[in-house]
Amino acid sequence: MTIANKVINFMGARMIATVISGLLILGSIGSLAVNGLAFGLDFTGGVQIEVRYEHKADLEKIRGSLTESGYSNVVVVNFGSDEDVLIRMQQAFEESLGDEVVSLLKAEEAGQIELRRVEFVGPQVGAELRDSGGIGMLFALAVVMAYVAMRFQWKFALAAVAALVHDVIITLGVFSVFKIGFDLSVLAAVLAVVGYSLNDTIVVFDRIRENFPILRKTDSLEVVNVSLTQTLDRTLMTSGTTLIVLLVLFFYGGELLSGFSSALLVGIVIGTYSSIYVASNLLLGLKITKEDLMPPAKEDGEVDEMP
Amino acid sequence: MLNRYPLWKNLLILAVIAMAFVFAMPNLYAPDPAVQISGESSAMELDETVLNTATRALTEEGIVHFGETVTEKAALIRLSKVEDQLPAKRIIQRALGDRFVVALNMAPTTPDWLRSLGAGPMKLGLDLSGGVHFLMEVDTASAIAKRQESSIAEFKGKLREERIRYVSVDLSKEGVITAVFRSAEDRDSATAIFRKDFADLARETSDRDDGTFVVTATYTESAIREIENYAVSQNLTTLRNRVNELGVSEPIVQRQGRNRIVVELPGVQDTAEAKRVIGKTANLEFRLEAKPSELVTNKEQFDFRSEADQRRTGGAFLERQLIISGDHVSGAQSSFDPETNQPQVNINLDSAGGAKMHRSTRSNVGRRMGVLFIEYKTRLDRTINAAGEEVVTPRQLVEKKIISLATIQSALGVQFRITGLDNVAEASELALLLRSGALAAPMYFVEERTIGPSLGAENIRVGVLSVQIAFGIVLIFMLLYYKVFGIAANVALAANVVLLAACMSMLGATLTLPGIAGIVLTVGMAVDANVLIFSRIKEEVANGLPTQSAINAGYERAFTTILDANVTTLIVAVILYSIGTGPVKGFAVTLSLGILTSMFTAIMVSRMVINTIYGGRNVKKLWI
Repeated sequence: MTIANKVINFMGARMIATVISGLLILGSIGSLAVNGLAFGLDFTGGVQIEVRYEHKADLEKIRGSLTESGYSNVVVVNFGSDEDVLIRMQQAFEESLGDEVVSLLKAEEAGQIELRRVEFVGPQVGAELRDSGGIGMLFALAVVMAYVAMRFQWKFALAAVAALVHDVIITLGVFSVFKIGFDLSVLAAVLAVVGYSLNDTIVVFDRIRENFPILRKTDSLEVVNVSLTQTLDRTLMTSGTTLIVLLVLFFYGGELLSGFSSALLVGIVIGTYSSIYVASNLLLGLKITKEDLMPPAKEDGEVDEMP
Repeated sequence: MLNRYPLWKNLLILAVIAMAFVFAMPNLYAPDPAVQISGESSAMELDETVLNTATRALTEEGIVHFGETVTEKAALIRLSKVEDQLPAKRIIQRALGDRFVVALNMAPTTPDWLRSLGAGPMKLGLDLSGGVHFLMEVDTASAIAKRQESSIAEFKGKLREERIRYVSVDLSKEGVITAVFRSAEDRDSATAIFRKDFADLARETSDRDDGTFVVTATYTESAIREIENYAVSQNLTTLRNRVNELGVSEPIVQRQGRNRIVVELPGVQDTAEAKRVIGKTANLEFRLEAKPSELVTNKEQFDFRSEADQRRTGGAFLERQLIISGDHVSGAQSSFDPETNQPQVNINLDSAGGAKMHRSTRSNVGRRMGVLFIEYKTRLDRTINAAGEEVVTPRQLVEKKIISLATIQSALGVQFRITGLDNVAEASELALLLRSGALAAPMYFVEERTIGPSLGAENIRVGVLSVQIAFGIVLIFMLLYYKVFGIAANVALAANVVLLAACMSMLGATLTLPGIAGIVLTVGMAVDANVLIFSRIKEEVANGLPTQSAINAGYERAFTTILDANVTTLIVAVILYSIGTGPVKGFAVTLSLGILTSMFTAIMVSRMVINTIYGGRNVKKLWI
């Protein structure tokens, strides 16, 4: 068996990548500490009302008339278009609140105002969701780590999970820096990012595991570089198609999904990068050797040694 | 031979795809907007005249309608426009009056031959269909407290019965029952009572310095769980009955977590009305029938709930003094008397209720006992105000009606039955009323979401559009990059989408907006397996392997990678499912199903296509 002609020296940029990742993580944690996340209704609790005007809505005026009528902590923003308005407030919920707000706004405006949705989430529920989301994330990481450790080896497991933590922190960091609303669907997207990035990492790891016994003479760095080069075609292709569909979702999927698709867009770019420069990088940092793969290499050895 | 599937394998794959096609098909038929009419109580039957009144009212107002159907339980009228739904509901409600429930509905238009195969469209989540979502919390703490108090009362009763003298029996805030005695013997016999009659309490004895003897008892964790489960499931049943009263098509009433209940009502727009019915409280009272000689101040006249009974008897007098109320009822089921094969209702009381029932009935055998059903109803009064607008004002009223009046045959205890019912329907109605009158613990609303029908329709539109565009671009992309192999991947991708739709329809999974996003994501990610295989084949060709062996090796070697990569993603999707609620669960479902179906299509279906094109012949060059 011959090695593919040109091996790209991915790991040559190890140190630079480590510094970049380190800075991104520090920046993200810093922003999360200072700005926090712009938690949506799902997590904070409160009331949220979406209305649609026939023409461009005057947010200032809406805010004014609602505050005047005694509603507290009113936040009024456009939602996807100039006509759609999202009103959020912290206040006790009554079933007629949606209609009350609409009739209040109608009094100030000519033309129809359509009540599109009314949501109320109790503060207790929001706090619980936040906790269960975090616990779910930790649990997912733990299970994944166990599976990878079982199928590969603990160094692989550690490297894979480090890459996932890296992706999650940076994705959250981007949401924090740009103050994009973080709701339940974004949490789902972040977990999907974990799934995707993991998928990517596993493909690379699988190749590294396979190549160790085949490329007998070369050192670990070389094996990693060869494996990354061999999987590059696939990595670009899959990331490409996935990014394409996410761009479609971002532009055509409507406002409700914009947070979701933004999280995945960011996450998949980071996830693709991290498979190469965090997971593989860390694997080298952990001094992976051929001997580390001896026991699992046995079962795959038969296939690999075929001419 | 290399790269040839045996005939049976090809046929099997084709059969799976064909079946997926059939089961995915119902989703192509858009449902008709409709209104549904049902009776206020489940005993009420509908007929043609009701339907005719409704359709006549619609025709008068110029609303186009068609395809009316009527069964005993409900009538359905299809409309041609979604915008007509709300006006149609208002018109019909006015024409039929308060005794009927009119609700919005979407009537499926699946052709009969598909329906006879058991195929149906996917359920749509509230974010797509529009509707109301409630999350209610059951106050289990108060159910537990109530149970503890009744345990204490019962325990004291037992002590008196056994003539055991005690200093005090108290309940602490933490739920610990402390009983203090003067002598060790008394304490020990009390402990024996605990052991015998209160098995779900954990006991502990101690001697105090002041010469008193103490036994403490607490509910074990499992006993508390049991009380909670009982309270939640009791409320669940009650809620289901009340939701049925709303006449909503495909409502969801489900337990969520330890003490919460989700209620989802697709198509419902009037939250206030829904909350009134769901939050309605009902209760029961068991009272003896008043003797004719009873003083007027000690008796009260009530009507029967059933119209037939009311016509026949014109009501009955019951004593003012009640035996027990509905909170002592722990269960009621309709069944058959094994001896006479007549319908009957079995009633279970808690032990305190049973004791009271026994005391009151043992000396009154031969008299009749009535069961009162108490409902707190809201009636809407429609009046025309000075400006000529219709004003609706809600009015609260309490309604007490007799649901059963039966002769006491013997002294009753914790378990007794009501016989002499005319038919099975009457028995199950009575059991249902008894159950719904016994709400085990108070509930309150902790989350509420209303999604307008236009927003739902728009979400479907953008969702479907995104799937189409994404699908189209990926198809072109794969074809350009992998040429002939791209065709195989595209066939696999198309099969994957069909299979996913079929699986979701068959499993009765709910499609939500994030669920559609999951399908879009699946379209992007499902090609991954094929990409893995194809780039492997490319490599093998570059390594100088002959074409047929390269194809074979590509599929074989990529398999482990595909498996590992997909299993780990599946783990994450399953965890997402378990922590998510509503729409997010929908996303997790499409994502995990998509992973499973894509493994089948990317490996088997694409292989079948490639084998058909290249297999079993001498190929010089692969178009890849």
